[in-house]
Amino acid sequence: MTVQELPGSAAAAYRPTPPPAWQPRTDPAPLLPDPEPYRVLGTEAAASADPELLLRLYAELVRGRRYNAQATALTKQGRLAVYPSSTGQEACEVGAALALEERDWLFPSYRDTLAAVARGLDPVQALTLLRGDWHTGYDPHEHRVAPLCTPLATQLPHAVGLAHAARLKGDDVVALAMVGDGGTSEGDFHEALNFAAVWNAPVVFLVQNNGFAISVPLAKQTAAPSLAHKAVGYGMPGRLVDGNDAVAVHEVLGQAVARARRGGGPTLIEAVTYRMDAHTNADDATRYRADSEVETWRAHDPIQLLERELTERGLLDDGTRQAAAEAAETMAADLRERMNADPVLNPMDLFEHVYARQTTQLREQAALLRAELDAEEEAR
Amino acid sequence: MTTAAVKPATMAQALQRAMRDAMAEDPTVHVMGEDVGTLGGVFRVTDGLAKEFGEDRCTDTPLAEAGILGTAVGMAMYGLRPVVEMQFDAFAYPAFEQLISHVARMRNRTKGGMPMPITVRVPYGGGIGGVEHHSDSSEAYYMATPGLHVVTPATVEDAYGLLRASIASDDPVVFLEPKRLYWSKAEWSPEAPAAVEPIGRAVVRRSGRSATLITYGPSVPVCMEAAQAAAAEGWDLEVVDLRSLVPFDDETVCASVRRTGRAVVVHESTGFGGPGGEIAARVTERCFHHLEAPVLRVAGFDIPYPPPMLERHHLPGVDRVLDAVARLQWEAAS
Ligand SMILES: Cc1ncc(C[n+]2csc(CCOP(=O)(O)OP(=O)(O)O)c2C)c(N)n1
Repeated sequence: MTVQELPGSAAAAYRPTPPPAWQPRTDPAPLLPDPEPYRVLGTEAAASADPELLLRLYAELVRGRRYNAQATALTKQGRLAVYPSSTGQEACEVGAALALEERDWLFPSYRDTLAAVARGLDPVQALTLLRGDWHTGYDPHEHRVAPLCTPLATQLPHAVGLAHAARLKGDDVVALAMVGDGGTSEGDFHEALNFAAVWNAPVVFLVQNNGFAISVPLAKQTAAPSLAHKAVGYGMPGRLVDGNDAVAVHEVLGQAVARARRGGGPTLIEAVTYRMDAHTNADDATRYRADSEVETWRAHDPIQLLERELTERGLLDDGTRQAAAEAAETMAADLRERMNADPVLNPMDLFEHVYARQTTQLREQAALLRAELDAEEEAR
Repeated sequence: MTTAAVKPATMAQALQRAMRDAMAEDPTVHVMGEDVGTLGGVFRVTDGLAKEFGEDRCTDTPLAEAGILGTAVGMAMYGLRPVVEMQFDAFAYPAFEQLISHVARMRNRTKGGMPMPITVRVPYGGGIGGVEHHSDSSEAYYMATPGLHVVTPATVEDAYGLLRASIASDDPVVFLEPKRLYWSKAEWSPEAPAAVEPIGRAVVRRSGRSATLITYGPSVPVCMEAAQAAAAEGWDLEVVDLRSLVPFDDETVCASVRRTGRAVVVHESTGFGGPGGEIAARVTERCFHHLEAPVLRVAGFDIPYPPPMLERHHLPGVDRVLDAVARLQWEAAS
């Protein structure tokens, strides 16, 4: 029974009116993501993609995959404590990083070494966190790459703050913040998106939905129609993109970066992809996923997708293919060689960077360690 | 020396003045938090800053402590000096993840490449009749985190001087504001505010020969009163105001205890696992041969902060301090 049908009610039916001050802030329709992830490769749009960009992406993907393989091998030799491989996700890593200008900033998670390296970071320096010689082995300001972040989603508000500060200073700098599907459940994800939207900060949030947070599938992480849908609630556009299509990732990221740069505010992008390796070398992926699922994704491999397009357009001859493979091999050999050398460590560094000026307490402790080291030296 | 008028000023006014002077001198100083703008903060400590410096310099943020501190981290990365207000002690807890995992260790993990010149202002402590979650003393949590400075003023002058030093510090400072002293007054000239007080130096507030009361923040006036009362009993108490819990001024504290031979640590925070344990251990390690009695602690009970109608039973007051002093005498005599 509706209100209007109440027995005995007069002809003037009760009509609920909105509360006095209420009006919708934004029309949500333009913010909603298209339900289909955006693709370029394999569609007609691919024909107009810039050949130079395609070849650059190709070389970076090949190098990235080789990097993942080499770093994984280094864990088996005990040279790295752990390595979260991004094999299968190279298109997200590379496509996103290459959408940034030099003055922009990248805020990576522990899995985003490739994006950091694509920004010019030394491949060895990018691995110190995982090797265990120092948490961040590079100067974050040099390539504008924040420290690889381990606590999930906590780097997202940093990206918002940096982008906000840059805008206050009048610099047209954009921050790209990367996070996994599991990380979107953390409170910091919410707080970062909310701050970014309220402050209209020039930030792009990229969620790599690779299907799993360690073993937990997306369905147990969220009941939202997609992770990109979450954008609407904050008042920013959400976009879905095929995360294995490097050209599509690059294009969607490029648009979001450009939009942020001209003052349009943040964007949330969900790249749908798949993690081909286990979470890390310490994880047994067969416990939570079927081989058949992995195989369907293998048929949608980011390098193969791009190769097909390049071949069709006559842009990929044996020479180009070989050049990319050789460059990747050179990088891997160099990485192997340098990682196999023991890092030179100074234990006294432990006390160097806790405060700008050492406290008396730390000076006393440094003296203790110095004495212990001297005694060790003498005993030798 | 200027001849500026000396008028009574509150601690809250001195804190506001410190932020205002810092903002005027240094355009990279930004104040941010919940209600700090138009309202001037729930304690009015940021009163007038938004009006004077604009909303970009004194910003009402969304209501999210992790977000406030997390965005401050990014702002610091880009060369700003954020001064963050956490509305009440217990509402800073959502920001602990950012504080501990990032603010405190960013300098260290980047080998000095990314210092975090952030000041986190936390009104703390009880005695104002606040309801649950409005009276916690959380200093032990902060003290246990390497990379943070932990500072707390007890006087109007120190409120100004220490906050200026905290904002100027290239390291993160947790600046604990004893909220029951916000309205304490001193003759103070805002035109010629007291000098900037370097972080890490304790001060002898009252000198004496019989025993040392080691204290800080809201317990300083309590100890001063206790010392006054003890004088009538023939006890001449020295009162050391730590001002800075990290770094800790062993020198001033130990010099005092070596002189008096007896010490009581006084604070509101819980005793078990609290700051007093650390302080007593340090003093014992360094002054053992000078001690006539064990170092005693007078602290809040080991209970969640009580409802306001009972808080006077929980907070260490003058009598409890004097009882401890009496026990020092007994220990010495036995
Ligand atoms: C705050 C926090 N909780 C738990 C962990 C442990 N942990 C590391 S990775 C991970 C799964 C993350 O999954 P997702 O966000 O999807 O990223 P992916 O690893 O797939 O790239 C978990 C639970 C952590 N690093 N941080």
